[in-house]
Amino acid sequence: MKRSFKDYEHLVRLASIFLIGLLVFAVARAEFVPKDFGTLGHYRAGAIDDIRKRPISYAGRTTCTECHSDVVDEAAPSKHKALPCETCHGPSAKHVGDQEVLPGKLDGKFCVRCHAANTGKPSTHPTVNLADHSDPKDSCTAAGCHKPHDPRPPE
Amino acid sequence: MDTTRRDFLMIGSKMLIMTAATAGALEHVLAGTPEAVADVYRAADHWWAMLIDVEKCIGSGDCVRACKIENDVVDEPMYFRTWVERYHINMSDPDHPIVDSPDGGINGFGEKYKDGDGKTFFVPKLCNHCADSPCTQVCPVGATFRTIDGVVLIDKDYCVGCRYCIQACPYGCRYLDPRSHTADKCTLCYHRLTKGLKTACAEVCATGARQIADLKDPNDPVHEYLRTHKIQVLKPQMATGAKVYYNGLDGAVR
Repeated sequence: MKRSFKDYEHLVRLASIFLIGLLVFAVARAEFVPKDFGTLGHYRAGAIDDIRKRPISYAGRTTCTECHSDVVDEAAPSKHKALPCETCHGPSAKHVGDQEVLPGKLDGKFCVRCHAANTGKPSTHPTVNLADHSDPKDSCTAAGCHKPHDPRPPE
Repeated sequence: MDTTRRDFLMIGSKMLIMTAATAGALEHVLAGTPEAVADVYRAADHWWAMLIDVEKCIGSGDCVRACKIENDVVDEPMYFRTWVERYHINMSDPDHPIVDSPDGGINGFGEKYKDGDGKTFFVPKLCNHCADSPCTQVCPVGATFRTIDGVVLIDKDYCVGCRYCIQACPYGCRYLDPRSHTADKCTLCYHRLTKGLKTACAEVCATGARQIADLKDPNDPVHEYLRTHKIQVLKPQMATGAKVYYNGLDGAVR
């Protein structure tokens, strides 16, 4: 009996090592792979929630118009009626939560970003050649020619 | 007590099994019951895409600026999640368009060409959020994936920064964020979409050249738009299932 046991002892040893290896793998895998990995696909489902947690910077036009309906009325007759507020005023989500925090100050020189003549701009978009239009050092609003919310030139 | 090697191995493996089981059970106990969070957003009800009207783009760069601010996109080096390219096609050599994008168009475009000298136009670009994206297929660790609502995202905690996805993207939309050493790209402002807001780029677009579209929403005007316009995607021959639909896209655009 003792003799025959010795014959397969090396097999038991191998099998044990193999089993331990398998166990270590199973334990390590359970430890390192997040619980939500693979619930939605070959990725960590919690990553979606992590990305969704990011705070917003731009409040959106709908939020702006809830309080600033006077500006909506002012812009209504002009081509700027559907213009998003934050295109010119900048990110204003903080202003929504705390009215003490004001959106960035505007100097009236931002008009040219959209309205300076450039060959790439579609012909339907109103542009001016700055050199001919007025003194290029002047802002569009300074002389009272254009109001940003209702930019129609005075009669 | 007479302990053989066999006994030792048997006892040892039993203890290992029990430790693993206890650890597993303990983890569940410690985790507690998941908190019920009121979440009105149902991913299965949406399939996000973007509509870009090249004929409306004026190259103001507002979208690039908004994206930088909204998503804290790295400035040094100057990388972009969305950028605007200016194409200039000389009619004597239409096969070789001249493309430039100074700082991604973030400060707009200076005058460079003369009127009537060939044709010039702006093409905004961003991640195409492909339905069959090559970038997610090559990720060796499952760090990038397409969500149920059709947005390709990156798990920053899981990314090992191997850069395979950056090479795989046929549109050049990915880069390695030097701050975290992980891949980064447009998320289609997933944090905004899931709150019912537009993406930052679509929000600030003055001419409506960029529009966010939900193809699963029957009331979305996108269906009417796609039906009544000649629509193209970038590199259709790659069969990526790109979901950024361009109206008025010139054949020279790559």
